[in-house]
Amino acid sequence: MKGVCNMRKNKFLLIFSILVYIFLFAPLIIIGITAFGGESYIAFPPKSFSVKWFANIFSSETFMNTLKTSMEISLIATIAALILGVPAAYALSRFNFKGKTILKNFFFSPVIVPGIVVGFSLFQFMIIKLKLPIYTSLLIGHTIIIIPYIIRVIGSSLEGFDYAIEEAAMSLGAGKVETFFKVVFPNITSGVIAAFMLAFINSFNNVPVSIFLTGPGISTLPISMMSYVEYNYDPTVSALSVLLMIMTIIVMFIVEKTLGLSYFLK
Amino acid sequence: MKKKWYYILLVPGLVIILFFLIMPLINTIFPTFMVKGSLSLEQYSRFFKDKYFMQIFHRTFKIALISSFICMILGVPVSYFISRSSKKLRGLLMACTVFPMLTNSVVRAFAWMNILGKNGLINKILMEFNIIDKPYKLLYTESAIVIGSVYLFLPLMIVSMVGVMENIDNDLLEAAESLGANRLKAFFKVVFPLSIPGLIVGTILVFTGTLTAYTTPQLLGGNSNMVLSTLIYQKTMSLGDWNEAAVVSTVMILTTLLVIGIINKLASRLNERGV
Repeated sequence: MKGVCNMRKNKFLLIFSILVYIFLFAPLIIIGITAFGGESYIAFPPKSFSVKWFANIFSSETFMNTLKTSMEISLIATIAALILGVPAAYALSRFNFKGKTILKNFFFSPVIVPGIVVGFSLFQFMIIKLKLPIYTSLLIGHTIIIIPYIIRVIGSSLEGFDYAIEEAAMSLGAGKVETFFKVVFPNITSGVIAAFMLAFINSFNNVPVSIFLTGPGISTLPISMMSYVEYNYDPTVSALSVLLMIMTIIVMFIVEKTLGLSYFLK
Repeated sequence: MKKKWYYILLVPGLVIILFFLIMPLINTIFPTFMVKGSLSLEQYSRFFKDKYFMQIFHRTFKIALISSFICMILGVPVSYFISRSSKKLRGLLMACTVFPMLTNSVVRAFAWMNILGKNGLINKILMEFNIIDKPYKLLYTESAIVIGSVYLFLPLMIVSMVGVMENIDNDLLEAAESLGANRLKAFFKVVFPLSIPGLIVGTILVFTGTLTAYTTPQLLGGNSNMVLSTLIYQKTMSLGDWNEAAVVSTVMILTTLLVIGIINKLASRLNERGV
């Protein structure tokens, strides 16, 4: 407790930390303000108020189309990754076997390999070699890159699970599948929700894999935002950024309510 | 003896990763070691002799090194502050750290375009006060990439460090202080050595993250400040030179692995010396 009291007195640390958080938040706050500017260019501080840039998003065919694609891809990829990842995370937590660590690392490999390299080799393999449609490739690519998040979150929410309960259920005659869904699953629903949210946002935010897997008429929202800001200087992207930040807040809120944000400290 | 039925649970995930990650990687990397049907390192010797490539390689490495260093300097005090603050404040600060992490990287790079651009905030302020009379080139420079990278990865450094620092017992600090160490000394002799594992994880994440990031250097560096990742994209999509893109990809993977190895080795040596 004394340490805590000392801490309060330590002005240097306090001021230093405040400055760092200003550094982290000021740029995002500036975006938030410019999104409501009335000028046709990005002005800070804006001289007039307007919500026309938000309206502009909804009248832009490119942004609406790519938003729809992003939503679909992230949603389907997240569900696919859950179907593949939950059983694997369960097996990795429940059983001890030879080579378990290697296997675990194998499941994490999609985040260990640099994203841009994953994107490039998936482009070469799926688009060029297998000639898969772009949409399918995007879906597979996104599923692959978010499996590690599922494994990690589910694994961490299974950590405290007492498998004796499971054995009790089985000894009472429940089958393995029944036991899993009636005994294990209800105990990790909050973990599954958190895993869903984190996987979804990581898929939604992805750039390096998506950028290789886009083509005529198919692109994701971050990619279309990127090409927009390279050639335009108006607050449309500021307004979109505000919407994306609201999405981040919703995700964080749900993660806090289920898994707790302290999960990020593990 | 139980039957190993649980393998079935692992198989679907393994197959998907094997087929759609490992195979594509082999498909990309393997041909770079072949020249006219036989094993050869010729493509790599060509890469490392090329002035243009080497310039990009050096730039990427330099940016990653500087960014990691700045993240350390900024991250250590903040993490210490967070780990010693009250539970309520800690929760709030953690939320403030995680928020940028989960925000789209395009948004985060775009934020700095608004600040560093020709008509951006900094130039506007400097001109308003007549410090400069024409806009200063801040955007599309190496420094812009460094700023953007620090901005992108500082939260990761903080999160990695707080996780470790939080577990350091307050009693240890008290003991050090009651034995006469001042706060600064107590920090460097007690807290810092114990938090090195977090610092290592954080540094590895920041370094490899910066070394391989795409969005930030693309938006803040522009075409005159290419890095390895933007080079891979340009080689593939604009120039259609997949072979060279594959060489650069392999160089990137190997550099990442090498750096992780070196940082871990340095860390274990530090431990041996008992710092």
